[in-house]
Amino acid sequence: MQPGLLVISVRTLAISGVATLLAIVVGVPIGYLIARRPFFGRTALLGFVNTGMGMPPVVVGLVVWLVLVRNGPFGPLGLIYTPSAMMLAQFLLATPVIVGFTTASFQALPPRLSDLLRSLGAGPFRTAWLLAREAHIGLLAAVMAAFGAVVSEVGASMIVGGNLARSTRVLTTAIVTETSRGDVERALLLGIVLFALSLVVSLVLTVVQQRNRP
Amino acid sequence: MKARLRRQSLAAVVALVVLAGGAIRAQPRTSIVLATTTSTQDSGLLDVLVPRFERERDIEVKVIAVGTGAALRMAATGNADVVLVHAPAAEQPYVDAGDLIDGRLIMHNDFVIVGPADDPAGVRGSISVEAAMRAVAQRGVFVSRGDQSGTHTQELALWKAAGIDPARLDRREETGQGMGATLNVADQRRGYALTDRGTYLALRDRLALGVLFEGDRRLQNLYHAYAVNPAKHPGARLAPALAFIEFLVSPAVQEEIGAFERDEYGQSLFFPDAAPPGAPLSGPADGRG
Repeated sequence: MQPGLLVISVRTLAISGVATLLAIVVGVPIGYLIARRPFFGRTALLGFVNTGMGMPPVVVGLVVWLVLVRNGPFGPLGLIYTPSAMMLAQFLLATPVIVGFTTASFQALPPRLSDLLRSLGAGPFRTAWLLAREAHIGLLAAVMAAFGAVVSEVGASMIVGGNLARSTRVLTTAIVTETSRGDVERALLLGIVLFALSLVVSLVLTVVQQRNRP
Repeated sequence: MKARLRRQSLAAVVALVVLAGGAIRAQPRTSIVLATTTSTQDSGLLDVLVPRFERERDIEVKVIAVGTGAALRMAATGNADVVLVHAPAAEQPYVDAGDLIDGRLIMHNDFVIVGPADDPAGVRGSISVEAAMRAVAQRGVFVSRGDQSGTHTQELALWKAAGIDPARLDRREETGQGMGATLNVADQRRGYALTDRGTYLALRDRLALGVLFEGDRRLQNLYHAYAVNPAKHPGARLAPALAFIEFLVSPAVQEEIGAFERDEYGQSLFFPDAAPPGAPLSGPADGRG
């Protein structure tokens, strides 16, 4: 009846991993466009993005819950209390982190670099790709920050996932359950697994980030 | 400009320190830890009783509301002074082991089986609670607390009585959360759930769930209070713990328990049961322990 440690860990990795990947796909291009050149309202937009980086997960969870419940606007999709609902909430939490870090990394590049690449004959997509390679240290920091934020988040997952033992219980919500049950040993074990999971993912990304560095 | 800013920050820091100091200034009065169940806390009953006790006896009560299982474990590790719990079968081992002493029956209410109003599993009209559980098992989704609370313990006892192994039910889910969150999940999934009547009444306006089975004597929900035995757990504060239990069984407080929210719901959420000291700890209606 109690899902095993392995099941919960794999589920955690899958939900937070997919949410982070979606946030990269959406957030990196947005961050690049914001960084490329000034436009009206850019500072205000960045202000919103930076606020979003510190958005309380429980509030995001509550809003997603209200949207997905049966009599909510997207109720007919039947997504409430499913892993998809958790991915959606975590995606909303991760995206501002990715956008904010991406903008900062591209803005930190020498401003003429883009013009130089264009004058050497690179098209817009090739320019973006080459700039992204230059900015890869900051971009990988963005990925680590976003994954770290969603994998350790508990409020939104609890609210929109429901902490169902067979389908939506992840490491953080399992820790809450075991603590309130009074099984502190198992809670601690889950905490160690969560920490190890974050550590492995961060180490892999750090190795990628730091290679070719003197 | 800079100097003024610095002076202002200094003033802000000083103000914060003063405020924090005021907040944590220890009050030298006695305090006890009450480990109890979420139902007594969520219903608001303790919000009425605890301030009254603190006022009358000048003893501070720190309420830790967890599941009955966790409350009992807190007592057994010496982290509580008094417990108020509702799973007699789970309480007995702790009494036998000498962790809990001076137990008193405080009150009761009852569990009900709730589910979608159209009752797809045909629970309504079952001849017994065992028959109701079998109907749910055959055709319904069941949403369980799964948190070793008193309600969860009761649910497992009902499956056992019905001759069903809950681990083998495909459509039974465990939330690992409190009663309110579990009722929300049951509501959204058009599922059935076992709930104490009080929590259901408090939430029913927001739920599409109706009471489909009630009244079986197996559904009685008994609340006992115990003191933690200082002979086994030297830190436990026996005298103020006993003062709290005596307070709960006093006639005036028993009357207040019965009247709690009665006007709001048109029925009592808790029925006072305090038996005289030394009376058996079993329920008022039967000898089930």
